[in-house]
Amino acid sequence: MTPPSPLTSRRAAKPPGRSSSTANPAPAWRRPLAWTDHHYLALGYLGLSFIAVAVGTLLSLAMRIHRVWPTGSLLGASVSPEQYLALVTMHGTLMIFFVLTVAPQSGFANLVLPGQLGSKDMALPLVNATGFWITALALMIMLAAFFVPAGAPIGGWSAYPPLSAMPAAGPGQGSGMDLWLASLAIFCIGSTLGAVNTVVTVARCRCPGLTYGRLPLTVWSWLTAALLTILVFSVLFAAIILLSCDRHLGTAFFVPSTQWVNGVVTHRSGDGSPLLWLHLFWFFGHPEVYIAVLPGMGLVSMLLGNFTRRRIPGYRMMIATTMLIGGLGILVWGHHMFVAGLNPFAGTAFELTTMAIALPSAAKVLNWLVILWRSRPRFDTPMLWALGFVSVFVCGGLSGPILAQPALDAYLHNTFFVVAHFHLIMAMAAIFGIFAGIAYWFPLITGRALHERLGKIHFWWTLFFAYSTFLPMHLTGLAGEPRHYAQLDGIAGTAGALVRSTLPLERHITVSAILLGLGQLLWIVNVLHSWTRGTPASGNPWNATTIEWAPETPAGCTLVCEHEPCHYEQISASPITGDAKPHPQWAFEVSAE
Amino acid sequence: MMLLAFLGQATQARASWWMPPNASLHGTALDHQLIINLWILFGLFMLAHILLFAGILLQARQQPQPLAHSRWRFELAPLAAIAILFFSLAIWSAHLWASQRYTGTDPAAMQVEVVGMQFAWYFRYPGADAAFGITRPTLISAAEGNPLGIDTADERGRDDFVRSQLVLPAGREVNLRLRALDVIHGFAIPAMRVKQNAIPGQTFNIHFTPTVPGDYSILCTQVCGLGHAHMQAVVRILPSADFAVWLKQQKAPPAEGQP
Ligand code: HEM
Ligand SMILES: [Cu+2]
Ligand SMILES: [Cu+2]
Repeated sequence: MTPPSPLTSRRAAKPPGRSSSTANPAPAWRRPLAWTDHHYLALGYLGLSFIAVAVGTLLSLAMRIHRVWPTGSLLGASVSPEQYLALVTMHGTLMIFFVLTVAPQSGFANLVLPGQLGSKDMALPLVNATGFWITALALMIMLAAFFVPAGAPIGGWSAYPPLSAMPAAGPGQGSGMDLWLASLAIFCIGSTLGAVNTVVTVARCRCPGLTYGRLPLTVWSWLTAALLTILVFSVLFAAIILLSCDRHLGTAFFVPSTQWVNGVVTHRSGDGSPLLWLHLFWFFGHPEVYIAVLPGMGLVSMLLGNFTRRRIPGYRMMIATTMLIGGLGILVWGHHMFVAGLNPFAGTAFELTTMAIALPSAAKVLNWLVILWRSRPRFDTPMLWALGFVSVFVCGGLSGPILAQPALDAYLHNTFFVVAHFHLIMAMAAIFGIFAGIAYWFPLITGRALHERLGKIHFWWTLFFAYSTFLPMHLTGLAGEPRHYAQLDGIAGTAGALVRSTLPLERHITVSAILLGLGQLLWIVNVLHSWTRGTPASGNPWNATTIEWAPETPAGCTLVCEHEPCHYEQISASPITGDAKPHPQWAFEVSAE
Repeated sequence: MMLLAFLGQATQARASWWMPPNASLHGTALDHQLIINLWILFGLFMLAHILLFAGILLQARQQPQPLAHSRWRFELAPLAAIAILFFSLAIWSAHLWASQRYTGTDPAAMQVEVVGMQFAWYFRYPGADAAFGITRPTLISAAEGNPLGIDTADERGRDDFVRSQLVLPAGREVNLRLRALDVIHGFAIPAMRVKQNAIPGQTFNIHFTPTVPGDYSILCTQVCGLGHAHMQAVVRILPSADFAVWLKQQKAPPAEGQP
């Protein structure tokens, strides 16, 4: 037999396609693995974000209870205003960095990126493992900020100076703030290492035939998010270093030459501006929110194709919109600064770029609606999360174009309207993406499926209470309620009346949030139960087409990629999509000796 | 806990679900724009959900591939429509923004300086000479009645007076000169549809015309430290005759805490 060239040879072993005959992939996870193995690191990253999300959720519930019940005591200790602000700050920081950046990007990419590329491993295992341990260290330092004498910082996740530059400006702004800055600086390094590994892996580890045009949209999302990470985390890193110099070396990057704080006047040489921090921070901060949501968007596209058994129309356009979101994402940071001291002309410029970035997002939503149109999909739990993602993404995304208008943002900025906007997208859509991914890839990790019934109850519960929690925030925001208020009741005068008038809705929100939080116990029970006692899942339980579901490559064969993902063939006259036959991306060819 | 919350809900009076009534000249057009926006985007939200539910519940089509042949009609045309819609909204509201912010204030406008510090707002009026005197942080002493550190060596500052309540005439444009002493504060008057951060080391000007007499809240909207939620003040809009009387009663040196 003449050695066939890998790409033109005929298939040696037909992919077993249907699940029945496929070997269970779980054993790959039970083999003794090196500490640099991406499977371990994936679980490590998911574990880190689980710790962060558990702590972050408890903090948010403490906040919610304090807002409507300020005189009450939690666990025997009443919450002081600075403790409330510390709760807000740590909640936001843990969620945005350690949950929404870590889980969808580092966690899921480690879990399945090599699989989806048809590669055995990541390109740079050592860099990858280093990134993980650095991220773990960052989380420990961040959590340590709770335990220093004056407590955690109180300036919010965007840490505007001079509040963040001067320990005298408030409790928590001393060693708590130092730990916060140190943690995030370390986090920047860890994320950058992880992102470098992701980029190199996509560039170098694709199996034969897997061209860029055939990469699953998840891979495109990880790639785009990784490029953004490298670009913008370096800026955050620089900003943190400069801020630390202002704090400890008497420089004046972000503070003016003369400062009056608490009756004490200080002088510095140099005359800096707090606005410089805002520019640097939001140059990082806006792309950061897309880093959090892009992997979810990619996954949703793939899941909709998978569970409707349909192709994704305009595949190249979906790749293009992913990259456009990334590219435009670095041009819109000024929309966080319309009333923060930005030049008014720049306000209009950023209004236009922000409207522009809404278009690729809208293109994705339209694409999802087209895939779903008259599809009668299968409603397995991962699909429910994907559909829920579409819903909450639309809901949260649509307030973006309102906030993008400086004239309107001048009323809405820093009110609960903005809080509603980003919680629907980040706290809900991005988290729905994580739930979707875990439900979808659970069989790959454990060889067992999550419990369907429990999973569905958890989904509907979460969807209902998510809307019930976050929709009313639009109204309290319209009423003028500002963010970061430790107290709504008992403030005298006209202003007190305005803030107090939101209390009825606030109470509803708190009750919903508690129920939303409690519902997550269902998921924990489900994961614990299914991990050990769930129904064993076959090799390709969802009839997926992407390569992470391919069976072990038979000896003497090479895995190659044949086409884009989500190719299905209708095999019966009945249009019920469940009957469609998957044409997976992978095929096996006899290796050239 | 839930019971408590529901009980509280039942007994709470004066709930607010919407914007406080507008009391400024530019606010009318702005509210209009906001409400149009909310309706349009709410409509898009409903439309997307109708399509979503119809899509997954309607009888599946014979041809299982999704509308691949008519992408122009179902994806690109709607996208173009959305683009036109969003940019029209943007350009329309850019006019509103430009009219508020692109141009400076009317020279005849009333001048007041607003200074934010942890955790209070101070309002300085320039006095008869219509000019603000120099301030020095080293002279700041609320106890000695000089919370902003006005330097009396500067003649212009001698008739400046500082109040903790903002008093303005209805129907006359006002220019607020915003400063902060220590950290960034957010100056917001929801009823005037006005918001602008005050930043240490820099001065920003915003101008607007109050129209409806009354007392309105001034809030701090940028987290500034542990007293952030308490950093409030009141703006009192007086009919212009009453304002003239009030102004006549004011004289430097500043009397702390009285309107
Ligand atoms: C559809 C496109 C979007 C547009 C036009 C948009 C627009 C905006 C604007 C103008 C603001 C500033 C509001 C203010 O501070 O006054 C904002 C805030 C925010 N957006 Fe979006 N957004 C979009 C999508 C997203 C997505 C996809 C995410 C996250 C995954 C996101 C997360 C956030 C966050 C976290 C903030 C608040 C940051 C803070 O102040 O703490 N947005 N958005
Ligand atoms: Cu942004
Ligand atoms: Cu404040």
